[in-house]
Amino acid sequence: MTKAHVTTSVNGDPYEFLCEPGETLLTVLRDDLQLTGTKEGCGSGDCGACSVLLNGRLVCSCLVLGVEAEGAEVQTVEGIGNNDSLHVIQEKFLEHAALQCGICTPGLIVSVKALLEENPNPTEEEARYYLAGNLCRCTGYDKIIRAVLDAAQTMKEESAI
Amino acid sequence: MSEAESFKYVGQRTIRPDGFDKVTGRASYGADLALPGMLWGKTLRSPHAHAKILSVDVSAAENHPDVMAVVTFDDFPRLKNESVVAGEGAADILDMARNCLADDKALYHGHAIAAVAARSEKAAKEALSLISVEYEVLRPVLSLSEAMDPEAPILHEDMFTSGYENVPEKPSNIATRAEMKMGDVEEGFRAADLIVEREFKTPTAHQGYIEPHACTAKYDESGQSMIWCCTQGHYDVRTSTSKLLGIKLSNLNVIASEIGGGFGGKTVVYQEPVALALSKKSGRPVKMVMDRSEVFIATGPTSATSLRAKVGAKKDGTITAMEGWIAYEAGAFKGSPMMPGLMTMFTPYDCPNVKVEGFDVVLNKSKVAAYRAPGAPQAEFAAEMVVNEIAEKLGIDPIDIRLKNAAKEGTQTIYGPKMPRVGLIECLEAARESEHYRSAVKEGHGRGLAAGFWFNVGGQSSVCVNLNTDGTGTILEGSPDIGGSRASMQMMAAEVLQISPSLLKPIVANTDSLPYSMTTGGSRTTFATGMAVIEAAESIVAQVKERAAAIWNVTAEQVDYSDGIATNMSGEGRMSLAEVCEMAEKTGGQISASANINAKGAGPSFAVHICDAEVDKETGKVDIRRYTAIQDAGKAIHPSYVEGQLQGGAVQGIGWALNEEYIFDSEGVMENPGFLDYRIPLASDLPMIETVVVEVPNKAHPYGVRGVGESGIIPPLGAVGWAVGDAIGKKVEELPCSPPRILSLIMDN
Repeated sequence: MTKAHVTTSVNGDPYEFLCEPGETLLTVLRDDLQLTGTKEGCGSGDCGACSVLLNGRLVCSCLVLGVEAEGAEVQTVEGIGNNDSLHVIQEKFLEHAALQCGICTPGLIVSVKALLEENPNPTEEEARYYLAGNLCRCTGYDKIIRAVLDAAQTMKEESAI
Repeated sequence: MSEAESFKYVGQRTIRPDGFDKVTGRASYGADLALPGMLWGKTLRSPHAHAKILSVDVSAAENHPDVMAVVTFDDFPRLKNESVVAGEGAADILDMARNCLADDKALYHGHAIAAVAARSEKAAKEALSLISVEYEVLRPVLSLSEAMDPEAPILHEDMFTSGYENVPEKPSNIATRAEMKMGDVEEGFRAADLIVEREFKTPTAHQGYIEPHACTAKYDESGQSMIWCCTQGHYDVRTSTSKLLGIKLSNLNVIASEIGGGFGGKTVVYQEPVALALSKKSGRPVKMVMDRSEVFIATGPTSATSLRAKVGAKKDGTITAMEGWIAYEAGAFKGSPMMPGLMTMFTPYDCPNVKVEGFDVVLNKSKVAAYRAPGAPQAEFAAEMVVNEIAEKLGIDPIDIRLKNAAKEGTQTIYGPKMPRVGLIECLEAARESEHYRSAVKEGHGRGLAAGFWFNVGGQSSVCVNLNTDGTGTILEGSPDIGGSRASMQMMAAEVLQISPSLLKPIVANTDSLPYSMTTGGSRTTFATGMAVIEAAESIVAQVKERAAAIWNVTAEQVDYSDGIATNMSGEGRMSLAEVCEMAEKTGGQISASANINAKGAGPSFAVHICDAEVDKETGKVDIRRYTAIQDAGKAIHPSYVEGQLQGGAVQGIGWALNEEYIFDSEGVMENPGFLDYRIPLASDLPMIETVVVEVPNKAHPYGVRGVGESGIIPPLGAVGWAVGDAIGKKVEELPCSPPRILSLIMDN
């Protein structure tokens, strides 16, 4: 089968890759580009572990084809925060112990970033419904929701300065 | 505990040492390792729940240009029945082999038949369709009542029920019948003013970890074979795989990757020996990753059960007798957690007359694996529901009836020993004092309360603490960290060494690097591996005193060590730990200590949960409106992660009680093998989970630790089940409380 040539940007870095037309963006990221921060939990769009931003829109990368990344901007967990400075969301996840095993965490960090960009001041209920596509089996969500609400508050205070 | 106030690091809410990697996506999990020349392995699975395998022809698959190896059961060396440690219990090695790859019979829908390794994942999948299997389809056995019927089709012709005085003459699907008793239940029931007896059913439910099973294996005939995998116990992966493939333990190094949840389900091998066999045959590294439907149909679940509980009490609430009958599905091979079910069922109660009888039953479903307090949630659900009904009928508060009959220090347990100091009474009192319990039940809501008991285990843990010349150090441990235990190891070592936890790096060592450690399970790690860490750190302190003494030319007894500083008490001299480490070369070499222990005295942890539920009377949908989890942690090393265990256990239990169940068609094919239809709780399904951490120290642990991982999944079944019944004025007897079931209960007059 002929492979498609795709030119894209991931976390601001230019990438080119060849992929089969049926290959998912998740497979491309993990197996072809070796960006394994994005996780696969179900492959059917139910768990959100593979959440990435495609042109700023929150998507399950297991439901997006690799060829759809052509000319697009992809943002994954690897593009959020770094050694020098973690993103506030990441800091709050650590402070609130909002992770146990951590497998859902990359997807959640990406989803929370999308949530707070859309709605900088979510209520608990809004946060719970926005994140309903990100399954976590360890925490019971309590500490995740606390981290999200605290991150929103902190980001609001920081932007007010 | 008087010394509680003197802790410097224990009890703090530090940032976990593995946290940075986990929030940035750098942490490497089971599916994240790729090796040069690596092949992809895929598994062919049975479409039938029960069938004889007449022949397997793999020649067309082997001829596929991208296929490098195909394996079937015949690729395992000849194996005999032999019991090996596997996860939280013992397993038969031949059953294990037959579960990894079917022998002459497919015993459940999804049973592995053959596996291929190919140059790409796509080619491996293609090659599966080239394998031709000839089946003789047999009638599947799909329920406990069917399986226990003497006329049922037999899964294993060589299985005869154990536990009867005389060995039965005919084979049976009942692997084991067991009974435990104390006192005289007949006499106890005669003394009762009120007797309540009910039957209950619980569904097949899955651990539901978000990370599918994954491994990468590399066979090396010169003795350097390696498996990288997500597991709760890499030493047991080594033991099982070595036995299955006939390899010496030292010729196989198992590396535990980060693990994306397990809850008991990642304590046994599925793909690991198969991947290594494929690697041996192909001469290449082989990676195998299950997809979600494979996880549902071929791994995990916990037993569906049939339960009967009978409780007698006097008018004042004194329980006079408790009797239970429990049957647990084991899946295709014997070994359900029926025994712990028997042992835990009535253990929260100090009742002299108890009798329990249990059955371990095979049928055509996937072999069950441990799931958080294996066996306890089901049996204790039946007991808690009946105790609540006794309280209701006698007009006694559910906390009061439990306080009146609570297990406490000295209570005789049905499994042998007397109860050590435990915190059930303290948990019940904390429940009564909680804001939740003191609040009025809202109009239209129901409230349920239930207790839970789990033993917790200790066992073997191996640890090595190494100090560096700058006073930093590493803690090597043999226990995979499933929920933040590296943080607690760091804190316990820091407490002994009196240095900042951040100076100590905890590492889960490979099987090559440390002696055997038991699997992370049974809520044992912070207790047992923590004990080993403390012992090793105490040895480090002794060495530091000796080294400083040598420098000052005094005896070690003349050196004080506190706040990370060695002080010469009989002269001049103060040295920090870092300074002593810096001079290690001159005082006898580097400073290091091992502790390889078999920890005794794991303290039972009791839990009490309160649930407020609201039921939509038109649809039968249940919403949890308020939830409080109370549990005895002995001593919470890292309170946030203890709370997290309470909350996570509660929510898994809520899911089990409300929604989660395997649905099979009449042929035994699972119809809901995905997260869309096997509905685990979402963020939007839940309120905040309030917690109260009770601390009644476990005397066997230097800091008082009790395991906290498991007890929290036990009470939700009864607390939710009772709350739902309370909201609709009916008695729940079957889980889950899914909308159709609750609607029919509402309609049923």
